[in-house]
Amino acid sequence: MFSRAYKAAVTVPPLAWVIAFLLVPYLLMFCYSFWTVSSGNIIHHWNLGNYGDLLTKDVYRATLFRSMWIAARVTAFALLLGYPVAYFLSFYAGRRKDLLYQLVIIPLWVSYLVRAYAWKTILGTDGVLNTLLQFTHLTQHPINSLLYSPFAVVLTLTHIYTPFVILPIYASMEHIPRNLVEASHDLGATPRQTFWRIVFPLSVPGMIAGATFAFVLSLGDFLAPLLLGGPSGIMISNVVVSLFGAAYNWPLGAAISLCMLVLVVTLLFLAERLERRWSYT
Amino acid sequence: MSQDSRSATRSRWLPLHALVVFAFLYLPIATLIVYSFNGAGVGGFPPRDLTLNWYRILFQDEAIWTSVYNSLVVAGAAVVIALAFGIPAALALDRANFPGKALFRRLVLLPLILPGIITGLSLLMLVNVLQMKLSLLTLILGHGTALISVATTEVFAGLQKFDRAQEEASLDLGANYWQTFWRITLPNLRLSIIGAALLIFTLSVDEIAVSFFLIGRDNTLPLEIWGRLRRGITPEINAVSTVIFVFSLIAILLWYRLRVRAEGSPEIAAELLEKG
Amino acid sequence: MTALLSIRDVAKQFGKTQVLGNISLDVAEGEFLTILGESGSGKTTLLRIIAGFEQATSGELWMAGQRLDPQPPYRRRVNTVFQNYALFPHLTVADNVGYGPRIAGVSNEELASRTGQALAMVKMTEHANKKPSQISGGQAQRVALARALVNRPKLLLLDEPLSALDANLRRQMQLELKTLQREIGIAFVFVTHDQEEAMVMSDRIALLKDGHLEQVATPREIYARPATTYVAQFIGHTNLLPAIVTRGAARCGALTWRTGVPDGTAIFSLRPENIRPAVGGEGVRFRARVKQQAFHGATELLQVECADGLMLTVRMAGNINPTGDIEFQFSAADAFPVRLSESN
Repeated sequence: MFSRAYKAAVTVPPLAWVIAFLLVPYLLMFCYSFWTVSSGNIIHHWNLGNYGDLLTKDVYRATLFRSMWIAARVTAFALLLGYPVAYFLSFYAGRRKDLLYQLVIIPLWVSYLVRAYAWKTILGTDGVLNTLLQFTHLTQHPINSLLYSPFAVVLTLTHIYTPFVILPIYASMEHIPRNLVEASHDLGATPRQTFWRIVFPLSVPGMIAGATFAFVLSLGDFLAPLLLGGPSGIMISNVVVSLFGAAYNWPLGAAISLCMLVLVVTLLFLAERLERRWSYT
Repeated sequence: MSQDSRSATRSRWLPLHALVVFAFLYLPIATLIVYSFNGAGVGGFPPRDLTLNWYRILFQDEAIWTSVYNSLVVAGAAVVIALAFGIPAALALDRANFPGKALFRRLVLLPLILPGIITGLSLLMLVNVLQMKLSLLTLILGHGTALISVATTEVFAGLQKFDRAQEEASLDLGANYWQTFWRITLPNLRLSIIGAALLIFTLSVDEIAVSFFLIGRDNTLPLEIWGRLRRGITPEINAVSTVIFVFSLIAILLWYRLRVRAEGSPEIAAELLEKG
Repeated sequence: MTALLSIRDVAKQFGKTQVLGNISLDVAEGEFLTILGESGSGKTTLLRIIAGFEQATSGELWMAGQRLDPQPPYRRRVNTVFQNYALFPHLTVADNVGYGPRIAGVSNEELASRTGQALAMVKMTEHANKKPSQISGGQAQRVALARALVNRPKLLLLDEPLSALDANLRRQMQLELKTLQREIGIAFVFVTHDQEEAMVMSDRIALLKDGHLEQVATPREIYARPATTYVAQFIGHTNLLPAIVTRGAARCGALTWRTGVPDGTAIFSLRPENIRPAVGGEGVRFRARVKQQAFHGATELLQVECADGLMLTVRMAGNINPTGDIEFQFSAADAFPVRLSESN
């Protein structure tokens, strides 16, 4: 129905932009990662030195693993917190479903910085939590280790990404026809059996999508660790940021970024395959 | 009315869990808001000395206002770019078939899920190679590029609810493709486009990760706040956070209403990402 | 004989709307009962109340001497074939069918044998390992049937299971279902809006209108002796003749015939096939002009206009091309008096 001219007109401009400002920059990053830096200048001498550093130097490996461990915990907590909320919203909320859905998306789109900052004021030595605990005589002295620790980072990121996890799970649950639940009851299964045999398996694609979002975005996060992580909570993106800042080494930074990009794309690819295998529509 | 005892317990526990999670999501923000009125500053329980002092200081802060202005300019420009390229992209994905379409789709949607730092850094390298100076212009470039994905997703979702037969009828009645686009397609996508604009604007104003690398001498609001945080916390930041929260809240609720009217029920980008 | 299922004065309200009112109906062991009605008549609601997915606002359900309505659906010995089949998309055909027994915790051998039997009964054995997305609509319908029957319910509920099938397949399935029901001997409660379907398959028909039962009778009885104007019009075609009766003679326009109905106003139902071209002998005669005809293969359905403007429908054997003025006749006994149906 649509002429070739029409299709060309809608395809070419965005394609051109995307190539110019997404593809080309990634390719540039690819090139940079093979160069080195010397006395404040970037030298276009092609080598694998940066990747060697990444694999061998402890500081990079350790930071990467710590980042993945933090991302894994965030994902796990977000799933544990978010899944029952999605289930409640989809199957039990009735008339309040719409309102509750809005309550879930509001934090999602309201300033990341505001929310991270909020936790900073809560967890600090003189923060709300500590003073509250002392005020109610639950503790004598402030707990210093709340802030500036991996714990604070995990807590904040879980807070930020739980709505991210709720939404796709909710969407996949909404796609489950209600008559499947009725059919299951009709055939003798209790609500609990129905949940595990029917609802849960059909909600897996949503879980995969949500978990992927949470993991990937937590892994690449640099704000929360910078605000709340302290020295023990540094994540891989902070390393990259400093390499583009004070520790001036763009090629190494590019190499790490490229690794992250490859990792993310691989995870997305795997997630997509998994989702497709678990989807029945 | 009978109730299986197990289903009764399940439905008692579930709403409780939901309540706890909602509290977890909202209490920190509530704390911020409460303490923005706290005379004794951030932290310290219980709050006392109800005051509007911090807001007064905020409204006299010139640097903040400049950064707000910058943020609005950048956000406006980002909306224009994102829509100008996102609407055709959605149409292309919906209607055209061409070699590399799958790659195109993934590229367009990638910034949605990619950590912003990678988008920001890669654009920084481009800017460097082109020997451009970092300024609001480079920032607009970054925001626009990153947010095309949002425009595409929203408009694509709106296209799915759109009755293709209307365009066919228009062509049948003698209008050409361009006229059909302006008179039929675009008006039908009006709600999706407005919703997308709202969302893009809000996300751009809050954007930090990409902005971090592409900012020149002029700060946007989040980066201005960020700079102050490095220097130490003042309750003024609570005040500006509260203001940001209120505006974001309004924007998101508006967006949601539009979304529901445009498409009937909300779906999210994950759906589009999944579509083979 | 005690009924298998006894519906006693069941009513259902959704908010301010009364969907079902004072329904009392008994389902006998082994019978094929159809609940017939238009959309909005409440037939699906009634079925769901029997299945346990809705609770009646008032009234009781009794089955096999015990109260059924307090029981949740998973405790009732009742199974349902859903309108869109509701097959579990992530389970194979065999696992769908075996779902009920597996929940009940039967041994693996029994599960396999019962599943095998059920699949064979609906002729779906060779599709056992397919997923619902890989089978056709008609096949899905059989799987849904097997999935319900494998549990050996006391009562099987079918919610318009054939409405998604095309006409030919539908007719075929109607006969198959009827035969199957006779073989297994389980009572079927079948819901449909298609009156032809109801007549073909049922032992008895319960016609619902706006939440109330208009008539409960065998198909032949409901056809020949409809209780109300609604029944007469809903089932098959009919001519409704409003008449004034004086001393045993009913008069409607130019037509008069003998009747036993007491004096006053009355409405009579006259089926189109009972009006024939006049051939002599006994019968009420009248002259009418053919205005329209519709070819139905075996028969023609004619719209004819009488002298005083009364329009009647006449059914004649097909392949005749009647035109102009024709003399028709019908026998007085075929004019059956019916009650006016209560409007809601």
